[in-house]
Amino acid sequence: MSASVKSPWVLHYDASSCNGCDIEVLAALTPLYDVERFGIINTGNPKHADLFLITGSVNERQVPIIRQLYEQMLEPKVVIACGICACTGGVFKECYNTLGGVDVAIPVDVYAPGCAVRPETLIDAVVEGLGILEEKRLLLAAKSLKPAELPARPSAADKLVQGETVAAAWQKAIANALQTAGQEEQ
Amino acid sequence: MTLLSFGVALLAFVVLGPVLGCFLTGADRIITARMQGRVGPPFLQPYYDVQKLLAKERRSLNSFQGYYLILALVMTVLSGAFFFAGGNILLVVFLISLSSLLFVIAAYSTRSPYAEIGAGREIIQVLAYEPMIILLGVFFYLATGSFDTSAVATLGLPLVALLPLIFVGLLFILTIKLRKSPFDLSFSHHAHQELVKGITTEMSGHNLAVVEITHWYESVLFLGYVGLFFVWAPPLTLVLAVVVGLAVYFLEIVIDNSFARVKWQYMLSWSWIVTLVCCALSMVLLFALYGFVV
Repeated sequence: MSASVKSPWVLHYDASSCNGCDIEVLAALTPLYDVERFGIINTGNPKHADLFLITGSVNERQVPIIRQLYEQMLEPKVVIACGICACTGGVFKECYNTLGGVDVAIPVDVYAPGCAVRPETLIDAVVEGLGILEEKRLLLAAKSLKPAELPARPSAADKLVQGETVAAAWQKAIANALQTAGQEEQ
Repeated sequence: MTLLSFGVALLAFVVLGPVLGCFLTGADRIITARMQGRVGPPFLQPYYDVQKLLAKERRSLNSFQGYYLILALVMTVLSGAFFFAGGNILLVVFLISLSSLLFVIAAYSTRSPYAEIGAGREIIQVLAYEPMIILLGVFFYLATGSFDTSAVATLGLPLVALLPLIFVGLLFILTIKLRKSPFDLSFSHHAHQELVKGITTEMSGHNLAVVEITHWYESVLFLGYVGLFFVWAPPLTLVLAVVVGLAVYFLEIVIDNSFARVKWQYMLSWSWIVTLVCCALSMVLLFALYGFVV
Protein backbone atom coordinates (compact mmCIF):
# COMPACT_ATOMS: atom_id res chain seq x y z
CA MET A 1 0.00 0.00 0.00
CA SER A 2 1.55 3.27 -1.05
CA ALA A 3 1.57 6.51 0.88
CA SER A 4 -1.06 8.23 -1.28
CA VAL A 5 -3.59 5.73 0.02
CA LYS A 6 -2.54 6.37 3.60
CA SER A 7 -2.88 10.14 3.50
CA PRO A 8 -5.88 11.28 1.47
CA TRP A 9 -6.63 14.93 2.12
CA VAL A 10 -10.17 16.01 1.51
CA LEU A 11 -11.70 19.11 -0.04
CA HIS A 12 -15.36 19.50 0.84
CA TYR A 13 -17.60 21.65 -1.32
CA ASP A 14 -21.31 22.34 -0.89
CA ALA A 15 -22.82 22.83 -4.37
CA SER A 16 -26.44 23.53 -3.40
CA SER A 17 -26.99 20.99 -0.68
CA CYS A 18 -29.64 21.36 2.02
CA ASN A 19 -26.68 20.93 4.46
CA GLY A 20 -27.86 17.45 5.46
CA CYS A 21 -25.00 15.75 3.65
CA ASP A 22 -22.54 18.44 4.78
CA ILE A 23 -23.34 17.71 8.38
CA GLU A 24 -22.72 14.01 7.71
CA VAL A 25 -19.39 14.77 5.98
CA LEU A 26 -18.29 16.73 9.02
CA ALA A 27 -19.71 14.05 11.34
CA ALA A 28 -17.21 11.63 9.79
CA LEU A 29 -14.44 13.82 11.26
CA THR A 30 -15.84 13.76 14.79
CA PRO A 31 -14.59 11.40 17.52
CA LEU A 32 -17.37 8.87 16.78
CA TYR A 33 -16.11 8.07 13.26
CA ASP A 34 -12.68 9.77 13.42
CA VAL A 35 -11.53 9.42 9.81
CA GLU A 36 -8.13 10.86 10.79
CA ARG A 37 -7.38 7.25 11.80
CA PHE A 38 -6.88 6.70 8.06
CA GLY A 39 -4.83 9.87 7.64
CA ILE A 40 -7.78 11.80 6.22
CA ILE A 41 -7.61 15.53 6.83
CA ASN A 42 -10.22 18.06 5.80
CA THR A 43 -8.18 20.80 4.10
CA GLY A 44 -9.88 23.96 2.93
CA ASN A 45 -7.50 24.16 0.00
CA PRO A 46 -7.94 22.52 -3.43
CA LYS A 47 -4.17 22.69 -4.00
CA HIS A 48 -3.55 20.41 -1.03
CA ALA A 49 -6.45 18.02 -1.57
CA ASP A 50 -6.56 14.52 -3.09
CA LEU A 51 -10.26 13.78 -2.68
CA PHE A 52 -13.00 16.17 -3.78
CA LEU A 53 -16.23 15.59 -1.84
CA ILE A 54 -19.19 17.43 -3.32
CA THR A 55 -22.66 17.55 -1.81
CA GLY A 56 -25.86 18.81 -3.36
CA SER A 57 -27.22 19.13 -6.89
CA VAL A 58 -25.55 21.40 -9.41
CA ASN A 59 -27.05 24.49 -11.03
CA GLU A 60 -25.56 26.69 -13.75
CA ARG A 61 -23.91 29.10 -11.32
CA GLN A 62 -22.05 26.20 -9.68
CA VAL A 63 -20.46 24.79 -12.83
CA PRO A 64 -17.56 27.27 -13.24
CA ILE A 65 -16.81 27.14 -9.50
CA ILE A 66 -16.71 23.34 -9.37
CA ARG A 67 -14.58 23.22 -12.51
CA GLN A 68 -12.14 25.76 -11.10
CA LEU A 69 -11.76 23.82 -7.84
CA TYR A 70 -11.31 20.60 -9.82
CA GLU A 71 -8.67 22.12 -12.07
CA GLN A 72 -6.76 23.56 -9.11
CA MET A 73 -6.38 20.09 -7.60
CA LEU A 74 -3.23 18.25 -8.57
CA GLU A 75 -3.23 14.75 -10.04
CA PRO A 76 -3.78 12.11 -8.77
CA LYS A 77 -7.26 13.23 -7.65
CA VAL A 78 -10.60 11.55 -7.12
CA VAL A 79 -14.09 13.07 -7.12
CA ILE A 80 -16.75 11.64 -4.81
CA ALA A 81 -20.38 12.69 -5.17
CA CYS A 82 -21.85 12.62 -1.65
CA GLY A 83 -25.60 12.14 -1.34
CA ILE A 84 -28.30 11.45 -3.89
CA CYS A 85 -28.51 15.10 -5.01
CA ALA A 86 -24.81 15.11 -5.90
CA CYS A 87 -25.22 11.73 -7.64
CA THR A 88 -28.20 12.50 -9.87
CA GLY A 89 -29.85 15.73 -8.77
CA GLY A 90 -32.16 13.87 -6.38
CA VAL A 91 -35.54 15.42 -5.69
CA PHE A 92 -34.33 18.62 -7.35
CA LYS A 93 -33.54 16.84 -10.62
CA GLU A 94 -36.53 18.25 -12.46
CA CYS A 95 -36.36 21.78 -11.08
CA TYR A 96 -35.92 24.29 -13.91
CA ASN A 97 -32.72 25.69 -12.36
CA THR A 98 -31.00 22.37 -11.60
CA LEU A 99 -28.69 20.74 -14.10
CA GLY A 100 -28.41 17.41 -12.29
CA GLY A 101 -25.65 15.65 -10.37
CA VAL A 102 -22.00 16.64 -10.12
CA ASP A 103 -21.16 14.65 -13.25
CA VAL A 104 -22.68 17.39 -15.42
CA ALA A 105 -19.73 19.60 -14.45
CA ILE A 106 -16.75 17.29 -13.82
CA PRO A 107 -16.06 13.55 -14.13
CA VAL A 108 -17.12 11.71 -10.96
CA ASP A 109 -15.21 8.62 -9.78
CA VAL A 110 -17.37 7.39 -6.89
CA TYR A 111 -21.07 7.86 -6.20
CA ALA A 112 -22.19 7.72 -2.55
CA PRO A 113 -26.00 7.80 -2.49
CA GLY A 114 -28.22 8.51 0.50
CA CYS A 115 -30.45 11.27 1.83
CA ALA A 116 -28.61 12.32 3.83
CA VAL A 117 -25.56 10.21 3.00
CA ARG A 118 -24.54 8.14 6.05
CA PRO A 119 -21.01 8.53 7.43
CA GLU A 120 -20.55 4.77 6.92
CA THR A 121 -21.45 5.13 3.23
CA LEU A 122 -19.03 8.05 3.00
CA ILE A 123 -16.21 6.03 4.54
CA ASP A 124 -16.96 3.16 2.12
CA ALA A 125 -16.95 5.60 -0.80
CA VAL A 126 -13.63 7.07 0.32
CA VAL A 127 -12.12 3.58 0.60
CA GLU A 128 -13.28 2.83 -2.94
CA GLY A 129 -11.94 6.20 -4.06
CA LEU A 130 -8.54 5.33 -2.59
CA GLY A 131 -8.27 2.35 -4.96
CA ILE A 132 -8.89 4.70 -7.90
CA LEU A 133 -6.43 7.21 -6.42
CA GLU A 134 -3.75 4.52 -6.33
CA GLU A 135 -4.47 3.52 -9.94
CA LYS A 136 -4.14 7.15 -11.01
CA ARG A 137 -0.90 7.54 -9.03
CA LEU A 138 0.62 4.56 -10.83
CA LEU A 139 -0.50 5.99 -14.18
CA LEU A 140 1.01 9.36 -13.24
CA ALA A 141 4.29 7.71 -12.22
CA ALA A 142 4.34 5.90 -15.58
CA LYS A 143 3.58 9.28 -17.26
CA SER A 144 0.51 7.81 -18.96
CA LEU A 145 -2.22 9.57 -16.97
CA LYS A 146 -4.40 11.45 -19.43
CA PRO A 147 -6.05 14.66 -18.22
CA ALA A 148 -9.72 14.02 -17.47
CA GLU A 149 -12.12 15.32 -20.10
CA LEU A 150 -14.73 17.71 -18.79
CA PRO A 151 -18.32 17.12 -19.93
CA ALA A 152 -19.64 19.61 -22.52
CA ARG A 153 -20.73 22.84 -20.82
CA PRO A 154 -24.34 22.07 -19.89
CA SER A 155 -27.27 24.46 -20.06
CA ALA A 156 -30.39 24.26 -17.93
CA ALA A 157 -32.51 25.06 -21.00
CA ASP A 158 -31.37 21.85 -22.75
CA LYS A 159 -32.17 19.64 -19.76
CA LEU A 160 -34.66 16.85 -20.50
CA VAL A 161 -37.64 16.83 -18.15
CA GLN A 162 -40.34 14.22 -18.79
CA GLY A 163 -39.08 13.59 -22.30
CA GLU A 164 -38.72 17.20 -23.50
CA THR A 165 -36.20 19.97 -22.95
CA VAL A 166 -36.85 22.71 -20.43
CA ALA A 167 -36.65 25.28 -23.24
CA ALA A 168 -39.30 23.45 -25.30
CA ALA A 169 -41.53 23.08 -22.23
CA TRP A 170 -41.27 26.81 -21.52
CA GLN A 171 -41.99 27.73 -25.14
CA LYS A 172 -45.02 25.48 -25.07
CA ALA A 173 -46.20 26.99 -21.78
CA ILE A 174 -45.79 30.51 -23.14
CA ALA A 175 -47.66 29.62 -26.35
CA ASN A 176 -50.44 28.07 -24.27
CA ALA A 177 -50.68 31.16 -22.07
CA LEU A 178 -50.85 33.45 -25.10
CA GLN A 179 -53.52 31.27 -26.69
CA THR A 180 -55.59 31.29 -23.49
CA ALA A 181 -55.24 35.08 -23.26
CA GLY A 182 -56.32 35.43 -26.91
CA GLN A 183 -59.40 33.24 -26.34
CA GLU A 184 -60.42 35.30 -23.30
CA GLU A 185 -60.21 38.52 -25.32
CA GLN A 186 -62.56 37.06 -27.99
CA MET B 1 34.00 24.64 17.01
CA THR B 2 36.33 22.92 14.58
CA LEU B 3 35.58 22.05 10.98
CA LEU B 4 35.42 18.39 11.97
CA SER B 5 32.85 18.90 14.74
CA PHE B 6 30.79 21.04 12.37
CA GLY B 7 30.93 18.31 9.72
CA VAL B 8 29.85 15.65 12.21
CA ALA B 9 27.02 17.84 13.54
CA LEU B 10 25.88 18.70 10.01
CA LEU B 11 25.78 15.04 9.01
CA ALA B 12 24.01 14.00 12.22
CA PHE B 13 21.46 16.82 11.96
CA VAL B 14 20.77 16.17 8.27
CA VAL B 15 20.05 12.51 9.00
CA LEU B 16 18.54 12.56 12.49
CA GLY B 17 16.77 15.95 12.35
CA PRO B 18 13.90 14.94 10.05
CA VAL B 19 13.57 11.52 11.72
CA LEU B 20 13.16 13.09 15.16
CA GLY B 21 10.98 15.89 13.76
CA CYS B 22 8.74 13.33 12.05
CA PHE B 23 8.43 11.32 15.27
CA LEU B 24 7.62 14.49 17.23
CA THR B 25 4.92 15.51 14.74
CA GLY B 26 3.50 11.98 14.65
CA ALA B 27 3.36 11.84 18.45
CA ASP B 28 1.82 15.32 18.46
CA ARG B 29 -1.00 14.21 16.17
CA ILE B 30 -1.77 11.11 18.25
CA ILE B 31 -1.65 12.99 21.56
CA THR B 32 -3.82 15.77 20.11
CA ALA B 33 -6.36 13.18 18.90
CA ARG B 34 -6.41 11.48 22.31
CA MET B 35 -6.98 14.85 24.01
CA GLN B 36 -10.00 15.32 21.71
CA GLY B 37 -11.34 11.81 22.46
CA ARG B 38 -10.24 10.39 19.10
CA VAL B 39 -7.91 7.53 18.19
CA GLY B 40 -5.77 9.56 15.82
CA PRO B 41 -3.63 8.66 12.81
CA PRO B 42 -0.74 6.15 12.74
CA PHE B 43 2.52 7.26 14.36
CA LEU B 44 4.27 7.61 10.98
CA GLN B 45 1.43 9.65 9.43
CA PRO B 46 3.60 12.78 8.83
CA TYR B 47 6.02 10.57 6.87
CA TYR B 48 3.17 9.16 4.76
CA ASP B 49 1.92 12.70 4.12
CA VAL B 50 5.30 13.84 2.83
CA GLN B 51 5.74 10.70 0.72
CA LYS B 52 2.33 11.31 -0.83
CA LEU B 53 3.06 14.98 -1.49
CA LEU B 54 6.27 14.03 -3.29
CA ALA B 55 4.31 11.66 -5.55
CA LYS B 56 1.86 14.39 -6.61
CA GLU B 57 1.89 16.17 -9.94
CA ARG B 58 4.44 19.01 -10.09
CA ARG B 59 2.86 22.39 -10.63
CA SER B 60 3.41 25.83 -9.09
CA LEU B 61 2.33 29.35 -9.96
CA ASN B 62 5.89 30.66 -9.86
CA SER B 63 8.71 28.38 -10.90
CA PHE B 64 11.05 30.12 -8.41
CA GLN B 65 8.87 29.19 -5.44
CA GLY B 66 10.49 25.76 -5.21
CA TYR B 67 14.00 27.27 -5.11
CA TYR B 68 13.06 29.70 -2.32
CA LEU B 69 11.66 26.84 -0.26
CA ILE B 70 14.68 24.59 -0.80
CA LEU B 71 16.96 27.50 0.18
CA ALA B 72 14.85 27.96 3.32
CA LEU B 73 15.37 24.27 4.07
CA VAL B 74 19.14 24.58 3.53
CA MET B 75 19.32 27.61 5.86
CA THR B 76 17.42 25.71 8.56
CA VAL B 77 19.73 22.71 8.23
CA LEU B 78 22.84 24.92 8.40
CA SER B 79 21.43 26.75 11.39
CA GLY B 80 20.75 23.47 13.22
CA ALA B 81 24.20 22.15 12.34
CA PHE B 82 25.86 25.27 13.79
CA PHE B 83 23.71 24.98 16.90
CA PHE B 84 24.43 21.33 17.64
CA ALA B 85 28.12 21.68 16.72
CA GLY B 86 28.44 24.24 19.52
CA GLY B 87 28.75 27.18 17.12
CA ASN B 88 27.88 30.85 17.43
CA ILE B 89 24.33 31.32 18.66
CA LEU B 90 23.91 34.62 16.80
CA LEU B 91 24.74 32.85 13.52
CA VAL B 92 22.12 30.22 14.39
CA VAL B 93 19.52 32.91 15.07
CA PHE B 94 20.24 34.86 11.89
CA LEU B 95 20.30 31.79 9.65
CA ILE B 96 16.89 30.72 10.94
CA SER B 97 15.59 34.28 10.36
CA LEU B 98 16.86 34.05 6.78
CA SER B 99 14.95 30.79 6.44
CA SER B 100 11.73 32.51 7.61
CA LEU B 101 12.39 35.34 5.17
CA LEU B 102 12.79 32.93 2.24
CA PHE B 103 9.58 31.20 3.27
CA VAL B 104 7.77 34.56 3.21
CA ILE B 105 9.24 35.43 -0.22
CA ALA B 106 8.11 32.02 -1.52
CA ALA B 107 4.56 32.83 -0.42
CA TYR B 108 4.62 36.36 -1.88
CA SER B 109 5.99 35.09 -5.22
CA THR B 110 2.61 33.61 -6.15
CA ARG B 111 0.64 36.87 -5.85
CA SER B 112 -2.30 34.97 -4.37
CA PRO B 113 -4.36 37.08 -1.94
CA TYR B 114 -4.62 34.28 0.64
CA ALA B 115 -0.91 33.51 0.49
CA GLU B 116 -0.12 37.24 0.71
CA ILE B 117 -2.16 37.71 3.88
CA GLY B 118 -0.56 34.54 5.25
CA ALA B 119 2.90 35.91 4.41
CA GLY B 120 2.01 39.25 6.03
CA ARG B 121 1.01 37.43 9.17
CA GLU B 122 4.23 35.40 9.07
CA ILE B 123 6.17 38.69 9.05
CA ILE B 124 4.19 39.85 12.08
CA GLN B 125 5.06 36.56 13.78
CA VAL B 126 8.75 37.10 13.03
CA LEU B 127 8.38 40.62 14.42
CA ALA B 128 6.82 39.15 17.57
CA TYR B 129 9.41 36.49 18.38
CA GLU B 130 12.62 37.91 16.92
CA PRO B 131 13.46 40.37 19.78
CA MET B 132 13.25 37.56 22.31
CA ILE B 133 15.43 35.25 20.21
CA ILE B 134 18.13 37.91 19.66
CA LEU B 135 18.07 38.93 23.34
CA LEU B 136 18.39 35.23 24.18
CA GLY B 137 21.74 35.35 22.36
CA VAL B 138 22.73 38.52 24.22
CA PHE B 139 21.85 37.05 27.63
CA PHE B 140 23.59 33.84 26.69
CA TYR B 141 26.74 35.93 26.27
CA LEU B 142 26.18 37.77 29.55
CA ALA B 143 25.80 34.51 31.43
CA THR B 144 28.52 32.43 29.80
CA GLY B 145 30.96 35.00 28.44
CA SER B 146 30.78 33.45 24.99
CA PHE B 147 28.43 33.32 22.04
CA ASP B 148 29.30 29.68 21.34
CA THR B 149 26.61 27.23 22.40
CA SER B 150 29.38 24.85 23.45
CA ALA B 151 30.14 27.28 26.31
CA VAL B 152 27.31 25.74 28.37
CA ALA B 153 29.52 22.66 28.88
CA THR B 154 31.90 24.79 30.98
CA LEU B 155 29.19 26.06 33.34
CA GLY B 156 28.96 24.92 36.94
CA LEU B 157 25.18 25.22 36.98
CA PRO B 158 22.51 25.12 34.26
CA LEU B 159 21.62 28.19 32.25
CA VAL B 160 18.06 27.97 33.55
CA ALA B 161 19.37 28.78 37.05
CA LEU B 162 21.16 31.84 35.71
CA LEU B 163 18.44 33.01 33.34
CA PRO B 164 15.10 31.59 34.56
CA LEU B 165 13.06 34.44 33.10
CA ILE B 166 14.75 34.22 29.71
CA PHE B 167 13.62 30.59 29.71
CA VAL B 168 10.03 31.72 30.43
CA GLY B 169 10.26 34.25 27.59
CA LEU B 170 11.55 31.52 25.28
CA LEU B 171 8.64 29.25 26.22
CA PHE B 172 6.22 32.07 25.36
CA ILE B 173 7.57 32.65 21.86
CA LEU B 174 8.13 28.93 21.28
CA THR B 175 4.37 28.65 20.73
CA ILE B 176 4.73 31.04 17.79
CA LYS B 177 7.81 29.25 16.43
CA LEU B 178 6.22 25.79 16.63
CA ARG B 179 3.04 27.14 14.93
CA LYS B 180 0.74 26.19 17.78
CA SER B 181 -2.52 27.79 18.86
CA PRO B 182 -3.12 30.51 20.09
CA PHE B 183 -0.33 31.90 17.86
CA ASP B 184 -0.71 29.83 14.66
CA LEU B 185 -1.70 32.88 12.62
CA SER B 186 0.13 32.36 9.34
CA PHE B 187 -0.72 28.69 9.01
CA SER B 188 -1.81 25.90 11.24
CA HIS B 189 -1.53 22.15 11.14
CA HIS B 190 -5.17 21.88 12.03
CA ALA B 191 -7.77 21.55 9.33
CA HIS B 192 -9.49 24.80 8.47
CA GLN B 193 -8.57 28.33 9.23
CA GLU B 194 -9.99 31.62 8.08
CA LEU B 195 -7.32 32.08 5.38
CA VAL B 196 -7.70 28.69 3.69
CA LYS B 197 -4.16 27.51 4.47
CA GLY B 198 -2.56 30.90 5.01
CA ILE B 199 1.05 31.15 3.90
CA THR B 200 1.06 27.63 2.40
CA THR B 201 -2.11 28.14 0.33
CA GLU B 202 -0.25 28.17 -2.99
CA MET B 203 2.33 25.56 -2.04
CA SER B 204 1.38 22.14 -3.28
CA GLY B 205 2.91 18.74 -3.99
CA HIS B 206 6.69 18.65 -3.59
CA ASN B 207 6.82 22.30 -2.45
CA LEU B 208 4.52 21.53 0.48
CA ALA B 209 6.64 18.46 1.24
CA VAL B 210 9.72 20.71 1.52
CA VAL B 211 7.79 23.03 3.87
CA GLU B 212 6.85 20.05 6.02
CA ILE B 213 10.42 18.73 6.18
CA THR B 214 11.69 22.23 7.04
CA HIS B 215 9.21 22.30 9.88
CA TRP B 216 10.55 18.96 11.19
CA TYR B 217 14.08 20.38 11.28
CA GLU B 218 12.83 23.60 12.89
CA SER B 219 10.97 21.72 15.64
CA VAL B 220 14.12 19.82 16.59
CA LEU B 221 16.20 23.00 16.54
CA PHE B 222 13.74 24.94 18.70
CA LEU B 223 13.57 22.13 21.25
CA GLY B 224 17.37 22.31 21.13
CA TYR B 225 17.06 25.96 22.33
CA VAL B 226 15.03 24.63 25.28
CA GLY B 227 17.53 21.87 25.99
CA LEU B 228 20.37 24.41 25.96
CA PHE B 229 19.07 25.76 29.26
CA PHE B 230 19.50 22.40 30.99
CA VAL B 231 22.99 21.39 29.89
CA TRP B 232 26.01 22.12 32.08
CA ALA B 233 29.39 20.51 32.81
CA PRO B 234 28.39 16.85 33.54
CA PRO B 235 27.77 15.03 30.23
CA LEU B 236 24.71 13.22 31.66
CA THR B 237 22.86 16.55 31.69
CA LEU B 238 22.34 16.01 27.93
CA VAL B 239 19.77 13.36 28.88
CA LEU B 240 18.07 15.87 31.17
CA ALA B 241 18.01 18.34 28.27
CA VAL B 242 16.26 15.80 26.02
CA VAL B 243 13.70 14.97 28.73
CA VAL B 244 12.97 18.65 29.35
CA GLY B 245 12.71 19.26 25.60
CA LEU B 246 10.10 16.51 25.27
CA ALA B 247 8.22 17.78 28.33
CA VAL B 248 8.11 21.27 26.84
CA TYR B 249 6.83 19.85 23.55
CA PHE B 250 4.05 18.10 25.49
CA LEU B 251 3.26 21.40 27.23
CA GLU B 252 3.00 23.05 23.80
CA ILE B 253 0.53 20.36 22.67
CA VAL B 254 -1.58 21.01 25.79
CA ILE B 255 -1.52 24.76 25.05
CA ASP B 256 -2.34 24.07 21.39
CA ASN B 257 -5.44 22.12 22.40
CA SER B 258 -6.58 24.53 25.11
CA PHE B 259 -6.60 27.85 23.31
CA ALA B 260 -8.29 29.40 20.30
CA ARG B 261 -6.33 31.45 17.79
CA VAL B 262 -5.88 35.10 18.86
CA LYS B 263 -5.73 38.30 16.84
CA TRP B 264 -2.29 39.37 15.66
CA GLN B 265 -2.44 42.57 17.75
CA TYR B 266 -2.74 40.45 20.89
CA MET B 267 0.12 38.18 19.85
CA LEU B 268 2.44 41.05 18.96
CA SER B 269 1.75 43.16 22.04
CA TRP B 270 1.94 40.27 24.50
CA SER B 271 5.07 38.73 23.07
CA TRP B 272 6.80 42.12 23.28
CA ILE B 273 5.53 42.74 26.81
CA VAL B 274 6.74 39.31 27.92
CA THR B 275 10.09 39.88 26.17
CA LEU B 276 10.55 43.29 27.76
CA VAL B 277 9.60 42.22 31.29
CA CYS B 278 11.56 38.96 31.21
CA CYS B 279 14.68 40.58 29.81
CA ALA B 280 14.61 43.58 32.17
CA LEU B 281 14.10 41.39 35.25
CA SER B 282 16.74 38.92 34.04
CA MET B 283 19.23 41.75 33.78
CA VAL B 284 18.52 42.75 37.40
CA LEU B 285 18.63 39.14 38.58
CA LEU B 286 21.86 38.35 36.78
CA PHE B 287 23.69 41.34 38.29
CA ALA B 288 22.14 41.15 41.74
CA LEU B 289 22.49 37.40 42.32
CA TYR B 290 25.59 36.49 40.42
CA GLY B 291 27.29 39.82 39.91
CA PHE B 292 28.15 39.24 36.27
CA VAL B 293 29.72 42.20 34.58
CA VAL B 294 29.51 42.84 30.85
